[in-house]
Amino acid sequence: MGNLIQPDMFSQPYMQNALLTGSIAALLAGLVGFFVVLRGVSFAAHALGQIGFAGAAGAVLIGVDPLWGLVAFALTGALGLGVLGVQEHGRDVTTALVLVAALGVGALFLALNTTYATAAFALLFGTIVGVSRDQVWQTAVLAAACVAALTVLYRPLLLATLNAELAAARGVPVRLVSVLFLVVVGVAAAVTIPTVGTLLIFSLMVGPAAAATYLSSRPWRAMGLAIGLALAATWVGLVVAYDTGWPIGFIISTAVTVLYLGARLLGPRTRRRPEIAAVY
Amino acid sequence: MTELDWLRQYVFTPDMFANDQVTNALLAGAVVSVVCAALGYFVVLRGLSFIGHAVTDIGFTGGAGAALLGLNALWGLATFCVAAALGVGALGDRARERDVATGVILALGLGLGAMFLYINTRYVNTPFTLLFGSIFEVDPDTTRVMVVIGLVCLAVLVVLYRPLLFSSLSPETAQARGVPLQLVSALFLACMAVAVAEAAQVVGVLLSTALLVGPAATAGYLVTRPGPATALAALLGVLETWLGIDLAYVSYYWPPGGKGWPVSFFITALVLVVYLLARLIRPGFRRHLPMSISQLPNPGAMPTPGARASCASPSASAIPAHRQRTAAHLREA
Repeated sequence: MGNLIQPDMFSQPYMQNALLTGSIAALLAGLVGFFVVLRGVSFAAHALGQIGFAGAAGAVLIGVDPLWGLVAFALTGALGLGVLGVQEHGRDVTTALVLVAALGVGALFLALNTTYATAAFALLFGTIVGVSRDQVWQTAVLAAACVAALTVLYRPLLLATLNAELAAARGVPVRLVSVLFLVVVGVAAAVTIPTVGTLLIFSLMVGPAAAATYLSSRPWRAMGLAIGLALAATWVGLVVAYDTGWPIGFIISTAVTVLYLGARLLGPRTRRRPEIAAVY
Repeated sequence: MTELDWLRQYVFTPDMFANDQVTNALLAGAVVSVVCAALGYFVVLRGLSFIGHAVTDIGFTGGAGAALLGLNALWGLATFCVAAALGVGALGDRARERDVATGVILALGLGLGAMFLYINTRYVNTPFTLLFGSIFEVDPDTTRVMVVIGLVCLAVLVVLYRPLLFSSLSPETAQARGVPLQLVSALFLACMAVAVAEAAQVVGVLLSTALLVGPAATAGYLVTRPGPATALAALLGVLETWLGIDLAYVSYYWPPGGKGWPVSFFITALVLVVYLLARLIRPGFRRHLPMSISQLPNPGAMPTPGARASCASPSASAIPAHRQRTAAHLREA
């Protein structure tokens, strides 16, 4: 146990940066994930991550910071999916095909790049090294923008999620709210990817939020729980990855699965949806 | 250089058929496309796109594990895909719960796969091959195994065809008529898992969804009845795969030069483009009652042609409402 948290761990600059970006990503993923799970658009969230992957691979190819490639592609993807119309749940063929086509483009960019091997692995499964202090700031700014957008969207989004007809009758622009929310999901995915990787975005965005909705039906409490669980999983991932050198995505996804199964065992048999009275 | 020469060099080279790797790739691609298209029609009809995608992602764990043990990746893929499909099937059919649970397990599977790849230091290119496929590297023995497995899948589908169609369109009525819904669903999921495991050999784990749902969804926009739709899906799938292989072969001469573009890029891009074109031409997936009266178990008890026509209205696009309506008609009769 004495060796688990090594004293020099947090004096390493790269670990400090990884800890900061990881925490920001976990915070944002927990928050956004609450709405993703509530709205049943987890497939779209997964797809936006993979679309971002194509952008990151392209940015690496032309020698630009991958974060900007991620953000550009995820934003475009969110708008595109919003316009084409995302259906609830995994029924959606369009989401599936856009997702695989984006991965195909990512594969092309990686193949054209001569130095792909480690870069590709990091993009797909996450890494704790190679985050610069500049990227920490960029991540923080993007996350703050997302939180601000969610604050504005909070009430109309929650109402549109829980009862779309009632929201429309009250004059909430349901369609616009849904597209804006997807944009927020896209940016959140872009912020999360450098830590956990494209393929494991589910573990931070959907897992903790799903576990939280088993434990509480109050929106604020569920959001807080989701953020707490995501942070816990990320920190465990960082510490273990530092000690062992294992891929961080593996550790985080295992931790989140344990949390999710625990919540399902401890909590009620079905996930609870917030009451409308909690919003209005 | 004449236009014909240009075509020969950059789009279609006749000498590609002299290459054993290419002919093997064309054969493997055709087998996979046909099996995937046939199963894909039902995947789209039953709304299983996400499950199909998740199953292969979990299969990736098996593929990476098999590579670690030095086995043929196909076996690891197939084993894990089938296990994942049966597990997802056991999670029940409440879509909201199932999608989240599936997603969490999917992430765990991918994470484990990453761990196996990390431990396995023998092959640097394994991650790339497993995830994005490399059809030119499939060896002829594996192709033979794939042909056999594909034929078995198709045979199972032929046997399942009627109960599967019936239970996809109107589960309540099918159950009332004694169709074992759980068994049909589990067998179908197992078949689908085998098909995507095979597709993963061609386009890779992450992209096999393209061959599974793409051609079938495209055909669903163009044709109404399940038989012709399945045939069209198979044809489209084979054409898209072959064109993808051809383009990948000639892309050796494309910029930046000296290096081919990945097959999976061409196949997925073609699948998406053809799908979007079909949506443009014929908006609205034809989900209306695609079975003729004689196809149902008890022809005497079927609704009148008038009732069928009302089912066939293009507005019946959402499955649940449509299912209810079909069930109502069947119950009235």
